[in-house]
Amino acid sequence: MEINNNTPWQDMTPGGTIYDAGNSKDFKTGDWRSMKPIYIEEKCKQCGLCFPVCPDDAIPVNKDQKRGDYNYDFCKGCGVCAKACPFGAIVMEEEDK
Amino acid sequence: MSIRERLSGNEATAFAMKQINPDVVAAFPITPSTEIPQYFSTYVDNGEVDTEFVAVESEHSAMSACIGAEAAGARAMTATSANGLEYMWEMVQIASSMRLPIVMALVNRAISGPLNIHSDHSDAMGVRDSGWIMLFSETNQEAYDNMLMAHRIAEHKNVNLPLMVCQDGFITSHSIENIELLETEEVRKFIGTYKPEHYLLDRKNPIAMGPMDLQSYLFEHKRQQWEAMKNAKQVILDVSKEFEKLTGRKYELFEEYKMEDADYVIVCMNSTAGTVKNVIDKLRKEGIKAGLIKIRVFRPFPGEEIAKALLKAKAIAILDKTPLLSETGGPLYEDITSAMYTQKINIPAINYSYGIGGRDVTEMQIESVYKDLQELKEMEKPYRFLGLRSK
Amino acid sequence: MYNVKEIVANKPSRFSAGHRMCAGCGAPPVARMILRAVKPEDHVVISNATGCMEVSTCIYPYTSWTDSYIHTAFECTAATASGAEAAYKALKKQGKIPENEDTKFICFGGDGGTYDIGIQALSGAMERGHDMTYVCYDNGAYMNTGIQRSSATPQFADTTTSPAGTVIPGKMQVRKDLTEIMASHHLPYVAQTAAYLNFKDLYEKAEKAIYTKGAKFLNVLAPCPRGWGYPTEDLMKLNKLAVDTCYWPLYEVKDGVYHITYKPAKKLPVEEFLKPQKRFKHMFKPGNEWMIEKFQEEVDKRWNELLAKEEMTNKSK
Repeated sequence: MEINNNTPWQDMTPGGTIYDAGNSKDFKTGDWRSMKPIYIEEKCKQCGLCFPVCPDDAIPVNKDQKRGDYNYDFCKGCGVCAKACPFGAIVMEEEDK
Repeated sequence: MSIRERLSGNEATAFAMKQINPDVVAAFPITPSTEIPQYFSTYVDNGEVDTEFVAVESEHSAMSACIGAEAAGARAMTATSANGLEYMWEMVQIASSMRLPIVMALVNRAISGPLNIHSDHSDAMGVRDSGWIMLFSETNQEAYDNMLMAHRIAEHKNVNLPLMVCQDGFITSHSIENIELLETEEVRKFIGTYKPEHYLLDRKNPIAMGPMDLQSYLFEHKRQQWEAMKNAKQVILDVSKEFEKLTGRKYELFEEYKMEDADYVIVCMNSTAGTVKNVIDKLRKEGIKAGLIKIRVFRPFPGEEIAKALLKAKAIAILDKTPLLSETGGPLYEDITSAMYTQKINIPAINYSYGIGGRDVTEMQIESVYKDLQELKEMEKPYRFLGLRSK
Repeated sequence: MYNVKEIVANKPSRFSAGHRMCAGCGAPPVARMILRAVKPEDHVVISNATGCMEVSTCIYPYTSWTDSYIHTAFECTAATASGAEAAYKALKKQGKIPENEDTKFICFGGDGGTYDIGIQALSGAMERGHDMTYVCYDNGAYMNTGIQRSSATPQFADTTTSPAGTVIPGKMQVRKDLTEIMASHHLPYVAQTAAYLNFKDLYEKAEKAIYTKGAKFLNVLAPCPRGWGYPTEDLMKLNKLAVDTCYWPLYEVKDGVYHITYKPAKKLPVEEFLKPQKRFKHMFKPGNEWMIEKFQEEVDKRWNELLAKEEMTNKSK
């Protein structure tokens, strides 16, 4: 379903129903960020405190239950994860630094 | 095989619903439509239908639950009147905007205030541009027949709009009349099963309904609703043809009574039409060429067709069973005169507000309207009251 | 045993990124974790009230929900879900949905849509016993429309319709206790929870609610950086302080029996919860000590009542 603000009325989905569940992944929110979390892997103990607190699902977790680096397409830079980390493995930096 | 019975309008409606066997009925009691969910819940509790009856705590929730049920992929129905319809007003609009073919029985009653439980059309007129198809019924038979056709019209792929079947409170809803019913098997065969293309319970294809629809999209979605409403006209005619084959009972967008050569024409809706027909028969014997247009399909409004049917009239009286609170006449008057204007038809047409709050409509009153029409030489005093006490 | 790493690794998110809730909002982690409590093989129909969550997770033509989702209006989330649930029952009864396929019905509403305008529809749907879980994410005001007071707003809070003025210092009324109102509906399961102790309390209560048959209610605290006036990164700190001061006790009521799921070893003074929030700033001005005292009294009163209910309902069990 490719609908945008050039789509004529005849081609829009009736009633505004959206057929692609979960398609907000196509809408990036990373450009909202003014602060940016930096993941310092060496300091990370994989304790699992950071990823459930992320409002934006921007911390990927693999099948081995280990987190990876940020998905900056979605991270809004709120800093909740950095505060949750007891090991200093996440530091916040100015976005354009 | 048809069954001969004697039923009130409410009984006939509830019986139609039983034959339809919807998946969900959600309703709240309000006079004069209360009997419909009452009768229906008896069918439910006696195992005569497969329906889940949701005894909601308000009409707002009745329509909300119907939306939830229909969106989930089920057939949902409700019944209400007056203030109940007003209370669900917000959801009435949302139902049509979500393109859900919910079917409602509206037993017409005056809206408050002051409180009055008797019939006029002020409830229906308040939702006339809510994106619902609106069918009006003169008799119990018509209320029943319209209900049987409702799902076929509403669920048609070119339509997908909710539909309400209107009948006059008490006058129709509580009066017992002879009626011809279809066998339940025939009804179910005629209606078929509901197969929506997209629905919430389709776990393989989950969907999101009722989004935030901003400046770039709402206008286009509204345009789609208008298209669906326009499409409904042909669908109504097609379904009515099919129904006629099944029952022998003919339905169109509106009924013309003695219109072939009519000079003086009344346009009205619902039960008043019966009274008007009696008067016409009497006047015809006296040589007065009186005629009637009884609107069946009020939305989509068959403006062009009605205007053309009025072409040969000398004078027209449009009867609005709605309090006159506008400077340009009642809703039916506005619709018809507007249609006449676009068809370049200029015939004197006057408006009567009548029957408010269940005020009796007598043959004498109707006769007086035809008398007024005979005296009407040009457009004068277009806004009038019928049956109103005045000094 | 609860293991958040295992849960996140094995149960994919059902609430996608790309939503437009504010940075640091307390609601998305809560909603995402609640949905993770659903078995992966089960389908969900979500009914969402108008509010922050709705206007930022389902903006045409995008949706953040991987399950089926419906929004109709502000006050009728529970009624909408009750219709969908009735449809499910009817279709299942008719054999149109296979017996082994399970669909869960979950409502999300803010405190405005739940405590206030939606309480009638909520009460009705719960009383009728529809098999669904209603989740209120309580951020203590109408945040979506710009921080107006609700009946969930705590006393003295400065909101845009209860501003801390020179004559009236914020909202003068105490907050409604909706969890108790729902408990009075005698539902099979009612709980109050928050994103605390690494979401254990929240997850376990969500799982219990979703997999208990009948009408269930969860009241979840959802701090709002904008409305409460604290830096976005302090989300989990606010959750912790709300619980450790007993402002927001974690408890459940199962078939009428109360169980406080977390009792702080040391109950902190409520000013520790109030202090980091701008909405309570005026309470800390000299001369306004009475407001903090009054607030503390209310918290203590409710906490003691809760302890008493726990004792009483377990005794009579």
